[in-house]
Amino acid sequence: MTTGTPNDDLPLMHEVAELIVSALNLEVAAGDIDPDAPLFGEGLGLDSIDILEIAMVISKRYGFPLRSDNEDNVRIFSSLRHLTQHVAANRQQ
Amino acid sequence: MMVATDAYPLIDYPDLDRVMLYRPGERITAGRFLAEAQYLADLLVGLQPDRPPTAAPVLNLCQDRYRFMVGLAAAAQSGNVSLLPSNHADDTLRHLLECFPDTVCLHDQVEWTLPAPQLAYPTAVPALSSAEAIPAVAGAQQVAFVFTSGSTGRPVPHAKTWGKLVRNVRGAQTALGLDGAVSIVGTVPPQHMFGLESTVLLCMLGGCPLWSGRPFYPADIVAALAEMPEPRMLVTTPFHLQSLLDSGLAIPPIAHLLLATAPLDRALAERAERQLAAPLREIYGCTETGQIATRRPVESLDWTLFPGVLLEVDPLPDDQAADATESGVFRASGGHIEVPIRLADRLDVLSDGRFRLLGRLADQVNIAGKRSALSALTAQLKEIPGVTDGVFFQPDPLPDQAIPRLCALVVAPERTRAEILSALRLRVDPVFLPRPLILVDALPYNETGKLPRAQLQARLDRYRESLKP
Repeated sequence: MTTGTPNDDLPLMHEVAELIVSALNLEVAAGDIDPDAPLFGEGLGLDSIDILEIAMVISKRYGFPLRSDNEDNVRIFSSLRHLTQHVAANRQQ
Repeated sequence: MMVATDAYPLIDYPDLDRVMLYRPGERITAGRFLAEAQYLADLLVGLQPDRPPTAAPVLNLCQDRYRFMVGLAAAAQSGNVSLLPSNHADDTLRHLLECFPDTVCLHDQVEWTLPAPQLAYPTAVPALSSAEAIPAVAGAQQVAFVFTSGSTGRPVPHAKTWGKLVRNVRGAQTALGLDGAVSIVGTVPPQHMFGLESTVLLCMLGGCPLWSGRPFYPADIVAALAEMPEPRMLVTTPFHLQSLLDSGLAIPPIAHLLLATAPLDRALAERAERQLAAPLREIYGCTETGQIATRRPVESLDWTLFPGVLLEVDPLPDDQAADATESGVFRASGGHIEVPIRLADRLDVLSDGRFRLLGRLADQVNIAGKRSALSALTAQLKEIPGVTDGVFFQPDPLPDQAIPRLCALVVAPERTRAEILSALRLRVDPVFLPRPLILVDALPYNETGKLPRAQLQARLDRYRESLKP
């Protein structure tokens, strides 16, 4: 699935993309991140250090901690879309 | 049991009913651990029925600290060696299997597409009766090979014998002032020398109960600490510590903080001691030597050597003198060190025997605690088909960058950036992947055929400038 779904919060997705790009000094524009490409490995090519950095800014910005014993952890970082959905479901602020 | 003078018990738990391992909702006693190690040892031997058990090294890829530890013990007690690569890049593992052809792979997560027999750690281990005796392992037995990347980028094995590892743990207990058992939560992988010594071996040989998981996010670390009895020790890296302190979460009481992999900024050490009300000690060492010195940064930035460890200046041949400093290159030996090892850092040894770290020798990089040589990474890059020339270098740090990253300039007329990155991902640890990888027509060689770092940095600066809108 590469198009938006009615449940997607597109402004939030863009905001999360901006957070990732600025936290990691990535060379891509936020708008150029494919919402369904994997954040790990092939897609954006992030590693576990990056994931922890993103987790820190996500926790600060949206007021909830990420946990890796959450069964969804792999899914959460599988794409920008999933990360955005996780933020939308858990945000406290 | 009686132990010959040249042998040491596999674990140091006089009472086998004592809890050795904690995992969510489960407590594992020393007796149960020994029984499971014997069970796994039998499974490993059963994989290769035609071979004597001593012929099969075990590539231990287990992520779970308990399963890793059972694998290590199972191999050691049946006279086998465990292979512990610190990165699991596909290419690294394949080269390692070429060097150790009869290897059996032990894993607990995914099937690896590796040309070797594999054993998935059993998800359901049958009920076993607790062991009643502790096996002994000969002091001279090689129980592990840990790996560094050599100048060509190929993994180079370093043997660790049981006797020296026992001595290593005794040295740590003395140097760190761990006079009783502490319960340990570690964020570092067990295959890495720091994780092996400060979590797995302190548990087996120091009587310190261990958390089986590898907590990642701050909230995971807090949850793991909460499951462990006091007094607790957190074994972690500067980066994980920083994120824990920044998280704003309520952290259960910690009695000891133990850090390694990269020298800690003094302000962060002071903040950690204040916020967590625990002494913070750092470990200095490398894969080849293991831990050899410690310091408590709030008291002194100078490092104190572990018992028996010696530092000597090593004269260098003239053609390498440019890499050395006025004070020379140092060699560490003695104590638990297997063979004398040249250190990759520049040191200043003080009159009282302590030393100060001055920086790394040229060519050595440390990214988020992982060490490599730029020359090794460059060699890996140049091996990629279609890459006609290339070089890795460490750029000047960006102001707001928590972890500095490497840059690579690559000449590869027929290949795309994505193709080269995919090929590199198979060869090197992800933390060393270049960010950015810049495709160029030619490298900026000077008239003597060298690549001045300033020229490489200038090329990166021009690239960044070109990206600005």
